[in-house]
Amino acid sequence: MRLHAPSRRELLLASGTLFAWAHLPKLAYAEGRDPRFLAIILRGALDGLATVAPVGDPDWVALRGDNALTLASKVPALKLDDFFALNPAMPNLHRMFQANEAIIVHASATPYRERSHFDGQDLLESGLPKPSPSDSGWLNRALAGLQSGGRVDPQGSGKVFAVGPVTPLVVRGPAPVLSWSPQRIMPASEDTVQRLLALYRQADPKLAGVLKDNSKLDAIEQAGDMTQPRGGPGPAQVRAYFADAAGAAAKFLAQPDGPRVGALALDGWDTHVNEGIAAGRLSQLLGSLDDALAAIKTNMGSAWQQTVVALATEFGRTAHINGTEGTDHGTATVALLVGGALKGGRVIADWPGLKPAALYQNRDLAPTTDLRAVLKGVLKDHLRADERTLAQSVFPGSDSVTPMAGLVTSS
Amino acid sequence: MTVTGNAVSGKEAAAIALHRFGFGPVGGQINATAADPRGALLADLDRPSAGLLSADLPSSGEAARAVFDFQAERQAQQKLALRLQKTAEMNGEAEGMSDLAKAPLAEAESGPHQPPLPQQLVSNEAKARFDAATNADIGFVERLVWFWSNHFCISADKIVGMAGPYEREAIRPHVLGRFADLLQAVESHPAMLFYLDNVESMGADSIAGINRDKGLNENLARETLELHTLGVRSGYTQADVTSFANVLTGWTWIQPSEPIHGGEFIFNRLLHQPGAQTILGKRYPEAGMDQGRAVLADLARHPATARHIAQQLASHFIADEPPPALVAKLAKSFNDSDGNLKELAKTLIGADESWLPQRQKLKTPAVWVAAALRLTGAQATAPIGLIMNAQATLGEPLWRPLAPNGFSDTEAAWIDGIPHRLDIASAFAGRVAAADPLALLETSLGPLASAASRETVARAETRRQALALLVMTPEFLRS
Repeated sequence: MRLHAPSRRELLLASGTLFAWAHLPKLAYAEGRDPRFLAIILRGALDGLATVAPVGDPDWVALRGDNALTLASKVPALKLDDFFALNPAMPNLHRMFQANEAIIVHASATPYRERSHFDGQDLLESGLPKPSPSDSGWLNRALAGLQSGGRVDPQGSGKVFAVGPVTPLVVRGPAPVLSWSPQRIMPASEDTVQRLLALYRQADPKLAGVLKDNSKLDAIEQAGDMTQPRGGPGPAQVRAYFADAAGAAAKFLAQPDGPRVGALALDGWDTHVNEGIAAGRLSQLLGSLDDALAAIKTNMGSAWQQTVVALATEFGRTAHINGTEGTDHGTATVALLVGGALKGGRVIADWPGLKPAALYQNRDLAPTTDLRAVLKGVLKDHLRADERTLAQSVFPGSDSVTPMAGLVTSS
Repeated sequence: MTVTGNAVSGKEAAAIALHRFGFGPVGGQINATAADPRGALLADLDRPSAGLLSADLPSSGEAARAVFDFQAERQAQQKLALRLQKTAEMNGEAEGMSDLAKAPLAEAESGPHQPPLPQQLVSNEAKARFDAATNADIGFVERLVWFWSNHFCISADKIVGMAGPYEREAIRPHVLGRFADLLQAVESHPAMLFYLDNVESMGADSIAGINRDKGLNENLARETLELHTLGVRSGYTQADVTSFANVLTGWTWIQPSEPIHGGEFIFNRLLHQPGAQTILGKRYPEAGMDQGRAVLADLARHPATARHIAQQLASHFIADEPPPALVAKLAKSFNDSDGNLKELAKTLIGADESWLPQRQKLKTPAVWVAAALRLTGAQATAPIGLIMNAQATLGEPLWRPLAPNGFSDTEAAWIDGIPHRLDIASAFAGRVAAADPLALLETSLGPLASAASRETVARAETRRQALALLVMTPEFLRS
């Protein structure tokens, strides 16, 4: 066997993650505030019920059986209120919640009601009511609608930001954005390796053998030891990548002459097989996300008090566990808000219930809160975006979706 | 293993041809070429100035002189810095290096975002070459360029400035011409003469040899016989190698330090071994440089050369162990046409053995990278440095083979690198702004796409993952 690349993990193939607006939102600034906003897109469809469990719902344990997180689980879920508890992999988010710096909006969803990742992600990022081609995203259009109080760095931010190659849809559009690419690049994800392996097993046994051997999956499958490097990145690498990307975003946003609004995307939430809610894949991903949130708070420094971070995913996952210990594409899920500017410590939910008849199409958590109401509320009260602009150009056709009030302290 | 079966036709043939002989379909090429895939490949051969690059790049001589100047300047700066440091030490200054001494060093080592000149030369050449592949209509002639360049490889590790110019000057003008001309151009190119150590070789009885007590270097003569023409174990002896090396003495270059013509070819009589030489049973009288030309002309039309080239070409494009009938057709074409390489390419496309549905080749890393970037449009945003890094990571660094036999093109050599390809695919897919993975699957694979591959791409978690999986499907990897 010939080894071609002993240093694959040292590859410096950059991919764009943070995109930022280097202006001061004028109206908010005039009020004596200097708000920061970071949007994090979680691509792949996050299982909201596994992230924030409705432990007070009488149908909860029957629904998910051994996979239902409870306060009495082996590793108990972290109590949020009398009804909801947080996945134990997220102690940092739990601390923020207790310090009134986090809001969880449950049973929320975009207006999208189909189950295609690509369309769902496009809709989440474009802000349009229906899937259709778009070359701009809601965050960019929101910035374009904001009056600028001037560039935060009169010299231009070229010194701080390198222009990255690809802008996610959410920040594409008329407002000029800067981009920054972390130097760390992850190898293809474990999930991507598994999907390719499944294809090779059907179509090309020789390639399957190579991918399996070289990925040393055997050892991992047998030992359950996910700490050794293999085909995809190990959990430690994912953790480091998430924390790097989010932490760096926070560092930029925290600087007095840095940008004020940014966005980044974290992939990997499509947990069809062996989801690992309490221990395993999802638990590790949530732990990585939790570290990233902690890194944001740390790196924001004193600007944390002026910060809102919004985390959203394209849709949720099935209420039931499927036949392969995972969950399939669903509908409603959670949206997370963290930041010192929040009136936090609350789970906001118009809870639909989990009885079979209460489930959307008898399979998914039913959507009762429009995600756009949450985002509009933050944009309106935190950045002082104009409500009519929000209804017409940021989230077109959303007149009937009232911005959720009272999310941030200053409002 | 010889695979037999019926040649394909229509869209399937078009898709196979575009992957097998080119850099993969883009746009609506599968449909556009379905009526006459062979005709499309023939048309690629018939394009005016096929194989040539229009880029405005320095000649090998200019590049060699520029690299020489760059290195001389850097050495001078380092010496100056050292001298200033010693002076400072003698004067009892605490810090070893004064600011004055640091300045030129810092400038030379880090210049503002500008890679050192030699790397810059290679990057520019690499970009022109890569763009030619990704922008090609089909890319059959570019694939032939890559094949011949690898067959007659040199290494940029040994002669950095000339790697690109060599390909443009010695290979490209002849890939659809006569093999004899290609061979003459290659063996008399300063890059090859330096790479295979002929620039220092001198006859024992030459004027320089007598005076300087140095002598013969057989490297170029041996590799010309073994790798470039007849092939290993084709009947030549050590005596043939030695005689041929003597013939080639005097084929050298002008030192790059020479300001006007440095780095250019010269036949230097002072190095040349005088007298007749016998090679493969034929006597070549003393004729200066023409003695070598005569030997190369005979090697070019030797039947062993025809067999060797036929085997390599069939193995490169069709199968690691190509059908013997195909090899025989190619060898006959080579012999009958006196080494006309365009005729040879036509014979390759004309043979039914080249159109079997079985895809028996694993694309080499370089071809796969070009095909993947061209399909996804990622080359538009990927700097050439990233692309070169990717190829190097996959074990096929551009113009830097480990040995004069070049990079392998067999599956056994590359299959272990599949997991690395997935990483590269995933990284490059992250640079694609907007793409419809299912439409690209149709564009690229069309009738070749299996149901399993379609489903895998359709069900991907993100567009990025879908694109990475698409270029990693067996149908995309194999040709």
